Amino acid sequence: MADLAHDIPLPAQRPPAVSTGVLGWLRANLFNSAFNTILTLIAVYFLVVTIPPAVRWTLIDAIWNAPNGQACRAAAGQEGGACWAFVAEKLRFILFGRFPYAEHWRPLFVVVIFIGVILASCDRRLWGARLVLLWLAALAVNGVLMWGGVLGMTYVDTSLWSGLPLTLILAVVGMVFAFPFAILLALGRRSQLPAVRMISVAYIELVRGVPLITVLFMASVMLPLFLPTGFTIDKLLRAQVAFILFAAAYLAEVVRGGLQAIPKGQIEAADSLGLGYWRTTRLIVLPQALAVVIPPLVNNFIGAFKNTSLVIIIGLFDLLGTANAALTDAAWQGFATEAYVVTAAVYFCFCFFMSRYSEMLERAFSSGRRH
Amino acid sequence: MASVNAAAAPRPTRPPPWRDPAVRAIAIQVLFVAAVAGLIAFLAYNTFANLRRQNIATGFGFLEREAAFGIGESVIAYSPADSYARAFLVGLTNTLYVAAIGVVLATILGTVMGLARLSSNWLVAKLALVYVETFRNIPLALQLLFWWGLLREGAPAPRQAWQPLPGVFVSNRGILFPVPQEDPVHFWMLLAVVFGIFATVAVRRWARRRQEASGRQFPTGWVGLGLVLGLPLAAFAAGGAPHSLDWPQLKGFNFAGGVAISPEFTALLLGLVIYTGSFIAEIVRAGILSVNWGQSEAAMALGLKSGQRMRLVVLPQALRVIVPPMTSEYLSLTKNSSLAVIIGFPDLVSIANTTINQTGQAVEGIAMIMLVYLVISLLISLAMNLYNRSVALVER
Repeated sequence: MADLAHDIPLPAQRPPAVSTGVLGWLRANLFNSAFNTILTLIAVYFLVVTIPPAVRWTLIDAIWNAPNGQACRAAAGQEGGACWAFVAEKLRFILFGRFPYAEHWRPLFVVVIFIGVILASCDRRLWGARLVLLWLAALAVNGVLMWGGVLGMTYVDTSLWSGLPLTLILAVVGMVFAFPFAILLALGRRSQLPAVRMISVAYIELVRGVPLITVLFMASVMLPLFLPTGFTIDKLLRAQVAFILFAAAYLAEVVRGGLQAIPKGQIEAADSLGLGYWRTTRLIVLPQALAVVIPPLVNNFIGAFKNTSLVIIIGLFDLLGTANAALTDAAWQGFATEAYVVTAAVYFCFCFFMSRYSEMLERAFSSGRRH
Repeated sequence: MASVNAAAAPRPTRPPPWRDPAVRAIAIQVLFVAAVAGLIAFLAYNTFANLRRQNIATGFGFLEREAAFGIGESVIAYSPADSYARAFLVGLTNTLYVAAIGVVLATILGTVMGLARLSSNWLVAKLALVYVETFRNIPLALQLLFWWGLLREGAPAPRQAWQPLPGVFVSNRGILFPVPQEDPVHFWMLLAVVFGIFATVAVRRWARRRQEASGRQFPTGWVGLGLVLGLPLAAFAAGGAPHSLDWPQLKGFNFAGGVAISPEFTALLLGLVIYTGSFIAEIVRAGILSVNWGQSEAAMALGLKSGQRMRLVVLPQALRVIVPPMTSEYLSLTKNSSLAVIIGFPDLVSIANTTINQTGQAVEGIAMIMLVYLVISLLISLAMNLYNRSVALVER
């Protein structure tokens, strides 16, 4: 007969210590080949060289309070840390710029409202006509807050608008107005009418072929020449127009991608139902096309947000412009690194959040289409 | 005949002209073109009226006049006595110079980082992720200002310059390094490099033909490296190996001799390469991920080594996905080089800006920049489309 002992399972042996736990993970992920070991050592060396000095500069040796730049430098020492006292001193200027100091609550509200509406737009359950209304309402309220002149608020000229609110206004208003223009351009590019198609293509390719700076220059130098004599247009509006014209060309290509994704059968079905061009476009084509392009639209918005920093070239003070202007204070000289690090952190927060959101949307959309 | 047919079958009634698609198409196009032409005419009329009123000259006559402004650095010779046309040319060459170097370096950095993100090494992959996410999400203008500020504020004065390598100085006036003193043998070395490249191409063709015919492989890579590097070295040795260097030396408050790279150029190149590299890394990663894992498994089953697998199986397929978005990254790097105006590097836009300020002829200046960038964009697209055709999938 069979040996009974054969049927009794042996107690499970523990896996070797080097293949489980921290040691196992290290072996599997950092030292699984000679080449990877070398890479790991290089990476660790890089971290050892960069991280401790960076931490020392940002936190340990940093000075948080000082009456002026010289005192701060003296306290930090020659090879010392960051002087965050400079940022503490200039924070309100960097965020709100030349807006009257006593009225800073107004741009603060503007920023909060913009962030609130952007967050609300991220919720897919709210997508629809009501969201458009919410945006229009937010723009109107923000306009009142920035301009003032009613409800007991003093009037503030656009030349004093600066800092983060200006960055947000340029980006948001730019995209909101560029979007309908972009849809028309994209429809024009796909049109059956050769003249319409050619003019649309010429516009899109012309604008996409030149840097944003040239468009901004054109708006700031040539827009006054374009208008009838005696007609002036303020600097902010010029930059805003340049942004809208520029962003529209890029958005048009995104929208075109969506239009091309619509099967021809959809349009033929609309034709057979007797719908005309505009009703086909409005009821059949656009709802499907725009839904497809939402993730690239968010990416486009990130680009537009970063591009607003170029307005410093034509003398507007957006977030980067105010950070730059803060550096010119004679009492606080030589703190460029501190100012740029803080500004970069603000831009990073916005862009990183949006890019994560767009990645999430892309995943959600592609999983929806796979079924 | 016709009347008989018309009587037999009721002729399809033509719709009234305002319902006829053909008529409507023509009418809409005529109206549209008229509206666009009208807008352009209106703007042009206003522009000419305004220019006349402000007594600003029109036309490109100003290009012949003396520019009378200095340019900090230039690839071609320039002095303030030269014409505006020459100044524009200096700007154009500076733009092309920084864009060409930038494209090459950004491709290298982006490819390395894209591969690093896919590395099985956890630490390397995470470091690459941090690099991509950080630099992709900060505006380029800010990055340029940051590097420029760091180079000017963080770097010491020439007298206390850092010396990372003997003869290489880093100070707030830029980076200086020694260059070999001019010698006729350099020309022959350059010729040898060009000859080596052509010879390598010829050897590769021959090796491929031989492999297809007989299956025997030939170490093309090593031979090519030998030709491209070895021939110039041989020329160098034959020329008596003239190795005297032009060392940078501290004279008074600044350096003399050697070759200097200005802080502006360094900051611009650094910013452009690091920023664009973070986008290229994502393109490379997406391209390699787009190749089905089964392809790699099949290559492993055939016994290919990991290098061969990458070079012969994965990369040719990944390139089809990588090349088109890479084209737009190259274009945007070239267009982004115009941000040089922020940190004062004399590129095309910055010189055109100075010209506009001096002459007041904004229309001509901006038209010239736009034309130049359009031509550059078209040329890059053309070159990349040709390359794309060579890597694209050939179907029946």
